[in-house]
Amino acid sequence: MTAIAPHPTPGSALEWDYAPAPESAAIGRIRDRYRMYLDGDFVDGQGDDLTSVNPATEEPLATVSTASAADVDRAVTAARRAYEGPWSAMPAAERGKYLFRIARGIAERARELAVVETLDNGKPIKESRDVDVPTASAHFFYHAGWADKLAHAGLGPAPRPLGVVGQVIPWNFPLLMAAWKIAPALAAGNTVVLKPAETTPLTALVLAEILADAGLPDGVVNILPGAGDVGQALVRHPGIDKVAFTGSTEVGRQIQSALAGTGRALTLELGGKAANIVFDDAPLDQAVEGIVNGIFFNQGHVCCAGSRLLVQESVADEVLDKLRLRISTLRLGDPMDKNTDVGAVNSAEQLQRITELSATGDLEGAQRWTSPCPLPDRGYFFPPTVFSGVTQSMRIARDEIFGPVLSVLTFRTPDEAVAKANNTPYGLSAGVWTEKGSRILGMASALRAGVVWANTFNRFDPTAAFGGYRESGFGREGGRAGLAAYLRSDEGAQA
Amino acid sequence: MDTARPQGGAAALAEPGAGPDATTPALPAGTAGTAGGLQQRPAPSPGLRTDAELSDATRDDSSLRRFLRGLPGIDPVGLEQRAAGLATRSIKKNSKLQAIDLAISMVDLTTLEGADTPGKVRSLAAKARRPDPAQPGVPSVAAVCVYPDLVAVAAEQLAGSGVGVASVATAFPSGRAALAVKLADVRSAVDAGATEIDMVIDRGAFLAGRFGEVFDQIVAVRQACAGRRLKVILETGELGTYDNVRRAAWLALLAGGDFVKTSTGKVSPAATLPVTQVLLQAVADWHARTGEYRAVKPAGGIRTTKDAVRHLVAVNEVAGPAWLDPYLFRFGASSLLNDLLLQRRTQREGHYSGPDYVTVD
Amino acid sequence: MSQQRLPVAKTYKLFVGGAFPRSESGRTYPVRGPGGEFLANVARASRKDARDAVVAARKAFRGWAGTTAYNRGQVVYRIAEMLEGRRAQFVDLLVTGDGADPAAAGAAVDAAVDRIVHFAGWTDKLAAVWGSANPVAGPYFSFSVPEPTGVVAALAPPDDALLGLVSVVAPIIASGNTVVVLAAPDHPLPAIALAEVLATSDLPGGVVNILTGDPAEIAPHLAAHGDVDALDLTGAGAELRADLERAAAGTVKRVHVPTGSDWTAPPGTARLRAFLEVKTVWHPTGAVSLTGGGGY
Repeated sequence: MTAIAPHPTPGSALEWDYAPAPESAAIGRIRDRYRMYLDGDFVDGQGDDLTSVNPATEEPLATVSTASAADVDRAVTAARRAYEGPWSAMPAAERGKYLFRIARGIAERARELAVVETLDNGKPIKESRDVDVPTASAHFFYHAGWADKLAHAGLGPAPRPLGVVGQVIPWNFPLLMAAWKIAPALAAGNTVVLKPAETTPLTALVLAEILADAGLPDGVVNILPGAGDVGQALVRHPGIDKVAFTGSTEVGRQIQSALAGTGRALTLELGGKAANIVFDDAPLDQAVEGIVNGIFFNQGHVCCAGSRLLVQESVADEVLDKLRLRISTLRLGDPMDKNTDVGAVNSAEQLQRITELSATGDLEGAQRWTSPCPLPDRGYFFPPTVFSGVTQSMRIARDEIFGPVLSVLTFRTPDEAVAKANNTPYGLSAGVWTEKGSRILGMASALRAGVVWANTFNRFDPTAAFGGYRESGFGREGGRAGLAAYLRSDEGAQA
Repeated sequence: MDTARPQGGAAALAEPGAGPDATTPALPAGTAGTAGGLQQRPAPSPGLRTDAELSDATRDDSSLRRFLRGLPGIDPVGLEQRAAGLATRSIKKNSKLQAIDLAISMVDLTTLEGADTPGKVRSLAAKARRPDPAQPGVPSVAAVCVYPDLVAVAAEQLAGSGVGVASVATAFPSGRAALAVKLADVRSAVDAGATEIDMVIDRGAFLAGRFGEVFDQIVAVRQACAGRRLKVILETGELGTYDNVRRAAWLALLAGGDFVKTSTGKVSPAATLPVTQVLLQAVADWHARTGEYRAVKPAGGIRTTKDAVRHLVAVNEVAGPAWLDPYLFRFGASSLLNDLLLQRRTQREGHYSGPDYVTVD
Repeated sequence: MSQQRLPVAKTYKLFVGGAFPRSESGRTYPVRGPGGEFLANVARASRKDARDAVVAARKAFRGWAGTTAYNRGQVVYRIAEMLEGRRAQFVDLLVTGDGADPAAAGAAVDAAVDRIVHFAGWTDKLAAVWGSANPVAGPYFSFSVPEPTGVVAALAPPDDALLGLVSVVAPIIASGNTVVVLAAPDHPLPAIALAEVLATSDLPGGVVNILTGDPAEIAPHLAAHGDVDALDLTGAGAELRADLERAAAGTVKRVHVPTGSDWTAPPGTARLRAFLEVKTVWHPTGAVSLTGGGGY
């Protein structure tokens, strides 16, 4: 008989709370008032000023001049003049050099942009610093190189630009979405009128300064802040050759409908309700990381968020236990604190939507678990939330919540996982976690989604096409496939 | 024998828990770990392996192999990404001071050189007791770690200080010796007054898939330790993959190791953040299944305060705050202590310090 | 007096799921030749026939999309073989139905055969030409592959009953989609004859479904149908086109509106690309050892 000393239980350990590590707001050089960028000048628009609010404090950040329908008209005219003038006359390689300059300009003002983004949007500074701003710069750098290589875009030997492009972007990645839109449009030789989101116009206007400093010819890019009416005026403007929109499926439908019969080109990047599928042979600890990243990155304000966790029943309890423990370590609070993992919801309106949709989860019988993290006294915050016992028919399994709310469903077999994953009108992204290679590739092919992350989640790169199936939209952004959204093929009289 | 938790400075940070059962009888030598040991494995100790799957895991060689191979895999990229993410935590001001003192109290101050002498060990022991005599309130380190033949010197120097005496053993660092030799090595260290034993596993046997043999050796060494806390060095740098690190960690935990320890310090890579994270996850999972707290010791390559703080962040967020305790987490290091002391001065004095303000030992 | 043999006239039906059903509505309409002479009664498909065709197309989609590109190429090529074998029949149909002169009709049939052969050769090139390995800035293997969109509803051009129809259908199925195509309302006979070609080729039932009738009546139901993924509006007039595009917006369908209509021109790739989705797949790579990062 061996009698080995039992392992004793330790006493209470150190209470170690990380001291606040705030980034300096002064680095953002926020001004009291921002003006729109039209035909190379910063000018006051004829619309009513809007006030951009810091969602973490509910305090006004800056006033921003907005555009009227007449301003949209002026901007489209300026963009047309630039398109027919200097921009089309310029050798492609020179056009590319402007984009390289812009990429560098963003990198040089990276810290400032990150601060402005975090103050305006509410996302944690570590995300704007490590993801939004560097990826925005990378998008310009990548597309810069395409400008003189469009013959290799897969659209025939001499594809042509479309002309003047109207672009409307959302508030979840304000600078990054501007870069996703502007960079390929310019590389392909188009000119641009862009409307940033009503609640997050600031980084786009700092980007406008970078464009101006880069010496970009007047009118090549015009940035008009404003609300939905400005967006409507822009996408319906007869002087626009192509519309690119990122936002909700509802608005996407309206735009597609409005453009019916006009012959204008359109690409849409819309909503999603991605399944993140965890098999019993998954690398569970990394899967838990991927689930957390999938739904809590950017407060869940991500169209490709992994908002539906599909976990194989045999490991569901283990995964949920690990998941709750892991989520409990997420630090919610001041977005400017470098240690904050979950920042502020972008607006009071969005907070209300998240609150209301989550409430349907309770009503429909799902079990709510809320992270025990303390909530700040002010600002728009929603704690990381997990609903288990969710079924396909519940609203929280079907509607895009666009917040830090995860719905957990279970499955028994791969077929069931595929059937449930695809059982949505959306089709933007999906995740698969398994160590079995053949299953990864089989699942990747069976899932009706434009992006499939296997054993990872929420990876983005300018070289990799991104975009949806079905009601998540059409057209791609990034990679060679993304260029097709801004070029006209030179071939096929019967096309 | 003194197997209790380290005292002194560490006590200022955390209350000691209950020590091991002092009435545990010492084991007769050579009663376990012989060939075929797994077939005659004794019943688990009370409190240990309450989980049915865990008790089944050690029934025989093939169940052990099945269990270890059935552990969830580790995706290296995801693991390293989490480690890199944790490394971006910004630990400032008071939380940094706390971390520095905690890290000091967790150091196993180590000298493992062929050139070690009693004089060197004596000066190390003095440093261990009072790392920075000029500064008030600096905790003493957790233990001094030496070769078995110098344990007596260390034990004498540290008597009554609360600083532990750790000894490497089992033909450290390679572990290439007969089991009888390894056990004799352990017993000589125990007899000379070691309070903690740092053993190495047989990596050859592990890599050849002879998990039962490795298990038996750990059990045998644990018995030879006669109640001293046992650190099981996995030598992760020789195991090749994170999956293997996880399997070896579970093997050590199943065999009753008190600590899972990364490295001897003689092989590169040694303690990296991702490897430490795998071990922290293993003890956290072990705790979730058994309710027992086991400890982790990264060793080798942790030289700076920044490295140490990053490890503490991982301790805090991967294993949990309960592990922020020198009883459950150690740094095997030699040069780390001086950097911690330097940074401590910088934090307290508000200006950068210089290397000559802390002692060279 | 010798008795002249009375030819056996054909009953022209729909082509749905590999079978030739009548319209569930029981409706037909007369088709007349260029001189106004009666040629045949043709099924006038209803909303429900369109629904059945979509069901058949959806059912066939998974298998057709999942078949190897090589196999799909062979199946499409086999269609060309069967069409070539019935050259005389199609020439006759174009002459009597459209009033084409025999030489032009022959050229049109030949061009239709060649068009099918052209697209048969595309099936196993699509992924190489529009797919990519993406050199992402991180330890991941990322690749993008084109995949078929799904069920496409197409309106065949009204004026070129065979070559136009083939030019619309071939690229849709070559890329792995299935199709419900509305034949040219005034010249439906070649379309049904083509259905006979398809039925005797190796094409699985439901991959191509051909409806005859009034596009203005049926197309809106297809454009609004929740299980139709895309529209090819080649045969839609300007007014119908706008209505159908609006209906398509309800479920965010992909809509292809051609810019030209010269069926004798080289086909280009726009029609192939119109109903392809690009899927990007990511997987971690590189770290095979504890030293981390990078590959070997």
